[in-house]
Amino acid sequence: MRLVLEKRAEHSRLMTVVSPLLAIGLSLIAGSIMFVMIGVNPAEAIYAFFIEPLTSTWSLEELVVKSAPLVLIAVGLSVCFLSNNWNIGAEGQFTMGAIFGSIIPVLFHGFTGPLALPAMIIMGALGGMFWASIPAFLKTRFGTNEILTSLMLVYIAQYILDYLVRGPWRDPDGFNFPESRLYEADHTMWMLGDGRMHFGAIFALVAVIAVWFMLTKTIKGFEIKVMGQTPRAGQFAGFSRKGIVWFSFLISGAFAGIAGIVEVSGTIGQLTPVISPGYGFTAIIVAFLGRLNPIGILFAGLLLGLSYIGGEAAQVTLGMTDKTTSVFQGMLLFFVLACDTLILYKVRLVKPQPTAGGAHERV
Amino acid sequence: MNGFEALVLTIITASTPLLLAAIGELVVERSGVLNLGVEGMMIVGAVAAFGVAHVTGSPLLGVVAALFAGVAMSVLFGVLTLNLMANQVATGLALTILGLGLSGMIGEGFIGEPGQRLAALHIPVLSDLPLVGSIVFSQDILVYASIALVIGTYHFLFRTRSGLILRAVGDNHTSAHALGYSVIKVRFLAVMFGGACAGLAGAYLSLAYTPQWVEGMTAGRGWIALALVVFASWRPNRVLIGAYLFGAVSILQFHAQAAGIGVPSQLMSAMPYLATIIVLIIISRNVTLTKTNTPACLGKAFVPDR
Repeated sequence: MRLVLEKRAEHSRLMTVVSPLLAIGLSLIAGSIMFVMIGVNPAEAIYAFFIEPLTSTWSLEELVVKSAPLVLIAVGLSVCFLSNNWNIGAEGQFTMGAIFGSIIPVLFHGFTGPLALPAMIIMGALGGMFWASIPAFLKTRFGTNEILTSLMLVYIAQYILDYLVRGPWRDPDGFNFPESRLYEADHTMWMLGDGRMHFGAIFALVAVIAVWFMLTKTIKGFEIKVMGQTPRAGQFAGFSRKGIVWFSFLISGAFAGIAGIVEVSGTIGQLTPVISPGYGFTAIIVAFLGRLNPIGILFAGLLLGLSYIGGEAAQVTLGMTDKTTSVFQGMLLFFVLACDTLILYKVRLVKPQPTAGGAHERV
Repeated sequence: MNGFEALVLTIITASTPLLLAAIGELVVERSGVLNLGVEGMMIVGAVAAFGVAHVTGSPLLGVVAALFAGVAMSVLFGVLTLNLMANQVATGLALTILGLGLSGMIGEGFIGEPGQRLAALHIPVLSDLPLVGSIVFSQDILVYASIALVIGTYHFLFRTRSGLILRAVGDNHTSAHALGYSVIKVRFLAVMFGGACAGLAGAYLSLAYTPQWVEGMTAGRGWIALALVVFASWRPNRVLIGAYLFGAVSILQFHAQAAGIGVPSQLMSAMPYLATIIVLIIISRNVTLTKTNTPACLGKAFVPDR
């Protein structure tokens, strides 16, 4: 007896919903095993990670603050991944958005008033688009692999940020700390309520709705999906291969850039050498867990946001390392990818055949 | 030890981890699989090597541990991409994310602990020769292993029947399957070899390059190794040249900083990444070179039709 995968004629609609849930379940099981191995009661740990943060208003607000950048970036990335463009440098585009957007509050802090913040957001979007345009240009012009170039640009963006906050952009009144000046009130993101929640959540929701509309209701959305699945068919339909590379990179760059400036102006309040706990990379997990579907991404973003807050909480209450969060996230992505097999394939048990003509692959 | 000698020695040290990781990935890609998880396998190798060497006091045991850790990670990748047909790019990324997290968690207790250094071999007479003695005959075992791996891989790929089968699987999996070769088995073995090499590369970092545990100490070297394979147009001898070129670039950065050249240190630190992009551009401009050398089935899942 052995297991064989059989290709389904069509995607299984049921499995499209079941597979992410199954992946979450398997991650919880694997996570429990991990907790036992490091000597923590798994029930306590899972409660601290995933339930406790949902019990207070403060942490619910924090959940929105953490999930918003993840959702915003992941929605942009889904456009890339659907069209088979592997932009994995969102972390760099996030950083560049934060840098470009901060030109106003750092260098032109006299520019205040109601227009300052919109200008910052536009600058942030431009920064992210600029950084994303480099791999897009290299891919369309020279055929350079975008995976490697976009990733290398993450490191370069981080060094640029490091240079700025330690060098020319360092706050002259900051006692030599590697930080920019604190942003003026007019350069701080609009708040929602009087807690920590800010307008970033609105940006994320708008992005979800806009991209959902584009993917399901417009010809552009159709073009993205066709070019991702069968580029040859797309070209016969008159779609431009280069056009879609540019489109998907620019849109994901803009979203990541906005996430960057929103994070700096809303959550941090100044530029520091480290401005992200890896949002750009975690967003890749969010995009896949959400099945590259904007609505799915919204829920996936909340779950991964929860894992950040839960990780912080578990650090305090159970003395666990904050690395648990990234292990958990990595496992989740693994299980998501493994369970996705169920959407395209049926698993069947077959009895061994007496005569094996030709080579039989064991699956 | 004069300045030149020191320079060559540091270049060898900087190049060896790149070479080890790249030669493994080259074999993987030759079999038609794109494993983007080199960074993740490497860092898990680094922490395994450091930990085992730290606990047992034996750097050699650390090397063995790293090898197994790398293979274990690559098996995860193999099961997902080869057995469950998961997307290779996404799975490779997952491997990197998981590896970085896992190594951070395991290594938490090792931060600041003294490390074990992999000892240089001392060959009687030869090691005492001037100049060549220190450069050629007094390296540690992993440096020699990296060179041997390049020669061995070249011989295996182009001079043996198994190597021919591996290349056939990478270039046309349907035909290889029709001829009766087990595509999945060949690829799985190649992936495991890649994992072992990445693990060794990690061991070199935490036992020889800087004998201590620093979180995220691979610092993108796994990705640079991936770029090196493209740069080398999938040829072992060119991987050797490429790895040493990159090693030299990253070392010159330190020397430039030491010489007090008036550029920001961050620019110098960004050099290897910048150089990677430039090299990728140069190599991809040459379309015939890339097209003729890229394994034709690279990154494509193989679904056997019964």
